[in-house]
Amino acid sequence: MAKYKMHLLVCGGTGCKASSSDLIVENLNKELETKGLQDEVQVVVTGCFGFCEKGPIVKVMPDNTFYTEVKPEDAKEIIEEHIIKGRKVERLLYVDTNTKKHVENSKEMGFYKKQIRIALRNCGFIDPENIEEYIAREGYLALGNALAEMTPMDVINEIKLSGLRGRGGGGFPTGLKWEFASKNEADQKYVVCNADEGDPGAFMDRSILEGDPHAVLEAMAICGYSMGADKGLIYIRAEYPLAIKRLKIALEQAREYGMLGEKIFGTDFNFDIEMRYGAGAFVCGEETALIHSMEGERGEPTIKPPYPAESGYLGKPTNVNNVETFANIPVILNKGANWFNKIGTEKSKGTKVFALAGKINNVGLIEVPMGTTLREVIFEIGGGIKDGKKFKAVQTGGPSGGCLTEKHLDTPIDFDNLISVGSMMGSGGMIVMDEDDCMVSVAKFYLEFTVEESCGKCSPCRIGNKRLYELLERITQGKAVMEDLDRLKNMCNVIKETSLCGLGQTSPNPILSTLDNFYDEYVAHIVDKKCPAGVCKDLMRYEIITENCVGCTACARVCPVGAISGERKEPHFIDVNTCIKCGACIEKCKFDAIIIK
Amino acid sequence: MAKIKTLADLKKMKNDLQSKVNIRERADHPDSYVQIKVGMATSGIASGAKEVMDFLIEALEKRNIDAVVTQVGDMGYCFAEPTIEVHKPGENPIVFGYVDVKKADEIIEKYIKNGELVEGIIPENYQNIDK
Repeated sequence: MAKYKMHLLVCGGTGCKASSSDLIVENLNKELETKGLQDEVQVVVTGCFGFCEKGPIVKVMPDNTFYTEVKPEDAKEIIEEHIIKGRKVERLLYVDTNTKKHVENSKEMGFYKKQIRIALRNCGFIDPENIEEYIAREGYLALGNALAEMTPMDVINEIKLSGLRGRGGGGFPTGLKWEFASKNEADQKYVVCNADEGDPGAFMDRSILEGDPHAVLEAMAICGYSMGADKGLIYIRAEYPLAIKRLKIALEQAREYGMLGEKIFGTDFNFDIEMRYGAGAFVCGEETALIHSMEGERGEPTIKPPYPAESGYLGKPTNVNNVETFANIPVILNKGANWFNKIGTEKSKGTKVFALAGKINNVGLIEVPMGTTLREVIFEIGGGIKDGKKFKAVQTGGPSGGCLTEKHLDTPIDFDNLISVGSMMGSGGMIVMDEDDCMVSVAKFYLEFTVEESCGKCSPCRIGNKRLYELLERITQGKAVMEDLDRLKNMCNVIKETSLCGLGQTSPNPILSTLDNFYDEYVAHIVDKKCPAGVCKDLMRYEIITENCVGCTACARVCPVGAISGERKEPHFIDVNTCIKCGACIEKCKFDAIIIK
Repeated sequence: MAKIKTLADLKKMKNDLQSKVNIRERADHPDSYVQIKVGMATSGIASGAKEVMDFLIEALEKRNIDAVVTQVGDMGYCFAEPTIEVHKPGENPIVFGYVDVKKADEIIEKYIKNGELVEGIIPENYQNIDK
């Protein structure tokens, strides 16, 4: 067997693959072969490193060198300089946004310093298409130990003791959920993995499945053992092709190695898993809607009770957990509940994965202990706001959550704290906004999403959200009156109270939280007919300052709709009725003669 | 037939596979292991640093010493190549000069295993800017 001295880890997540990380792998291997180093240096394709902003990532082990924005043609230099001569390729090293210095060792990167990786422990560390690398990292040991040494009730008690709560958004105690499912007797029970990740900007579940699929399979088998189920189903959206491919490989390998199938580890426990594909409807993340979709019915929720633990898939007791929740399970059993419940806050144990997006320097995937503050996440790990702009708000919890502001920055993040300040954990999307974002437009964006994704079964959600959207549209067009704000608030509360499922019960949250925190901005749109952030096009007017205009005609030539007129060397004019406010003229004008009013 | 039939099978397989990811595992917590840096600039390579590095990796593995061996650029002691820096957990790093395979063997046996100093130490004659 070849004895490798160095490992080159190349990110094979969806983000980096889109920037040709496949070709980087190919070139690295080619270079190694030309130099005769193929037996000394191993190239490993891994899952996501989380640092998607600067992808593709190549990490050199054991010296922890972290190369960012690597291009396929850089492979030669990395091999020749770093591998052969021991000189790091400086231009590819990560540059710290605060100190502006190259960071030689990834341990020194602000992005990773505060993170604790439990659910993401193997992402960016192992080859997700090789079960042996997972086994080398204590893979399937938790399942083996559970089958050999623990009763199903022991497993449930351990999970209960760990304090793990559902990571899909609800935050329901996982151990309790397993206990309910275990207590309902039936000839057939099911374990379901909810991989229907639907929040805009969230991709933690996808990354776990792409980077560490076996962790989820192992956890599902453990869950099956604890509740007495021999069948598992993964409900995943068809728009995650890479995650599906890696899951399929993982399933095959797990069967080949005897980790799934009959008589696992020589015991009487049988367990196997099938995949079910969803068409990407947001409401199917709700467990009853998800189950109906798997049964071939319309993806619509039903009233609980009965809970899936009593009557779920095909009317049988079913336990549904989210991908990230499952990814925590093997670690909890291996390290013990008492290790896990020391991490986090009093009522929210462990860590949470967040997808950082929006106007933030380090867009990517992070995992931090519960109780980390928003400030630490945004400014230390996230590297602060892009282009030195001012922080305005952070949206957590996706379409069900709310916008938090400056005054919430020191709130420790956990399930209960976020709810008490008017937002929620959700699945972990975190969208950061700066001074250029209009909060009314942000609320409108989320409502547009819920209107589209509402399944239409109950009226408050189907009709109410549409009305909310229309009201917001009127506000952004400058057509609303102050009374509309009361109407908006009333309707929000009615929808929250009367909707059938979680979708409608939370969809008004983006409006309520922006009304609370940015009331002045709503008033500015309604009373002054102005959008303070300069986003709402209907409230903007482009004008030429006659004194500054020299009549160079550059603006008139670039205007796509011919709204600018004027003689050469004479001041020009913009016809506000024709103008589509695209901003092309401002970009072109060299004399600062065009302003937005 | 399944490749793993019992928990013992799995544990054995894990141990056999461990070395495959050792490089990565240790790099994740370098401070808990003996870290050895081998100067692999032109002068180092010309004086046999590569053979020394190969030897170190194999010998440490055989003698069951958990260590991280990395190559670094020129350490500046070109008169004393090959040079290696040995950093034991919780101790100050020490640089050894004129390290051939025989010397490397001595360093492992005496310094790394027993903490005895051996000849060839190059005293620290600089300060790091980040200290």
